Amino acid sequence: MTRHRGRGMASINYPIGMNLGGDPSQALVHSNPSGKFTVALSSIDLGQGMKSVTRQICAETLGVPVEDVYVDTADSDTGPHCMGSFASRGTHRVGNAVMAAAREARGVMMEAAAEELEVNAADLETDGRGNIHVKGAPHRSISTKDVAIAAQFKQGKTISGRGIFLVPLSNVDPETGEMSPATCYAHACLVAEVEVDDETGEVAMVRMDSAYELGRALNPRLVEQQLVGGAWMGVSHALYETPEPYYPDPVHGPRDFVEYLMPGPGDIWPHDIAVLERPAPDGPFGAKGPGEMCANPVLPAVANAIFNAVGVRIDDLPITPEKVLRAIKSQGGARPQARR
Amino acid sequence: MAKIPLQFRHNGRDVAIFVDGGTNLLVALRELIGDMTPKFGCGQGGCGTCSVLIDGELHLSCLTLAETVAGRSIETLDGMKQGPNLHPLQRAFADNFAAQCGYCTPGMLMAAKALLDRNPSPSRDEVVEAISGNICRCTGYEPIINAILAAAGGRVSA
Repeated sequence: MTRHRGRGMASINYPIGMNLGGDPSQALVHSNPSGKFTVALSSIDLGQGMKSVTRQICAETLGVPVEDVYVDTADSDTGPHCMGSFASRGTHRVGNAVMAAAREARGVMMEAAAEELEVNAADLETDGRGNIHVKGAPHRSISTKDVAIAAQFKQGKTISGRGIFLVPLSNVDPETGEMSPATCYAHACLVAEVEVDDETGEVAMVRMDSAYELGRALNPRLVEQQLVGGAWMGVSHALYETPEPYYPDPVHGPRDFVEYLMPGPGDIWPHDIAVLERPAPDGPFGAKGPGEMCANPVLPAVANAIFNAVGVRIDDLPITPEKVLRAIKSQGGARPQARR
Repeated sequence: MAKIPLQFRHNGRDVAIFVDGGTNLLVALRELIGDMTPKFGCGQGGCGTCSVLIDGELHLSCLTLAETVAGRSIETLDGMKQGPNLHPLQRAFADNFAAQCGYCTPGMLMAAKALLDRNPSPSRDEVVEAISGNICRCTGYEPIINAILAAAGGRVSA
């Protein structure tokens, strides 16, 4: 019995969102008389951090502290329309909609502040700490709270804004079939190192090194969390998970969490991640989205690493010990490839 | 069928309820006491998100007959925070981004507490062992392991 080490790599172009129907999302932003802002969305945060990121985008665009912004999601009956949380579109599509809504709300807020300070709105700026003042004259200042109170009770204005993001529609050219399925692509390259046991067919992860280019990382800790968790999911798809192990025969399908296999905390591996920031021209503050792509390069990289280790090419997922062992046997033994 | 009277301590407070024979502890906690912190994941001991401490020992509440905890002391995540302050483990989970969707988090925290209560400075392998009965779908486990080690480290230096 021998354990063979192998290394494989994969790189991907990953489109952000989709083109169907322009893939729109909407956002509404309004202030309360307390000077705090609410972002209304029907987009769902499943734990990826979209509430945190849209909150940051709104606060930055309005020029107010992030603590003064509350993001209200989760009701598609009452919230503005969203296509959904999928296709890595949350940060890019919803973020852009929030940015547009916050920009419109900021315009009203600055007009209301100008009326109170008796100046031209174009001469005002926000300090990011909850105040609006005349450029070059910080003492001529008013708090966003006082602006909100004046707008509500004196001027009769709603400090609010509407935002939508819609990608340009792209029709298929009937001659060439050419179209533009996305406006924005993220990129990744990943190297996986595995150890394959030629007696049992088992594959163990040894380590992983990856580089992700995903526009500007608006919240670097959340991005890192997505990439670490997504790589685990990629390995799980590559080596473990299937509801139909002998498809189309349903026999031996898992019935529960005891039989549905996934890597546990004892199976994880060191993963070194480099995040490269190339701001996207049409992204909110240059952001794309780290969503689904964090799992995608893992599968081909692991399959290539297994080929590198024992010379068998498995193109059917998941790459179970049984498949590895049958392939090794049918070629008359492990054939380690050159290490690169 | 007659209901069975049952008394036990729940996060330091005496509780008395009536249960049907065969009711499991998870159902008793969630539906009869109203403590929603132990989660229902698989209902058969495969995922760990219903974990609670019984007399300080880690148990899966979905596999524990409610009747068997008479007179014993049950700890759940609901009793973990100390007054208005988060428990050091909860703080460490937040600081280390150890939760995404959050469904495994109550069970992970109880498994971690059971470990640190008996072994205040565990090795990485001991942390891995302690949470090996708990499934997480989002984080890849690494941030959870780091959070538990960080909480243990904080406790040692304090």
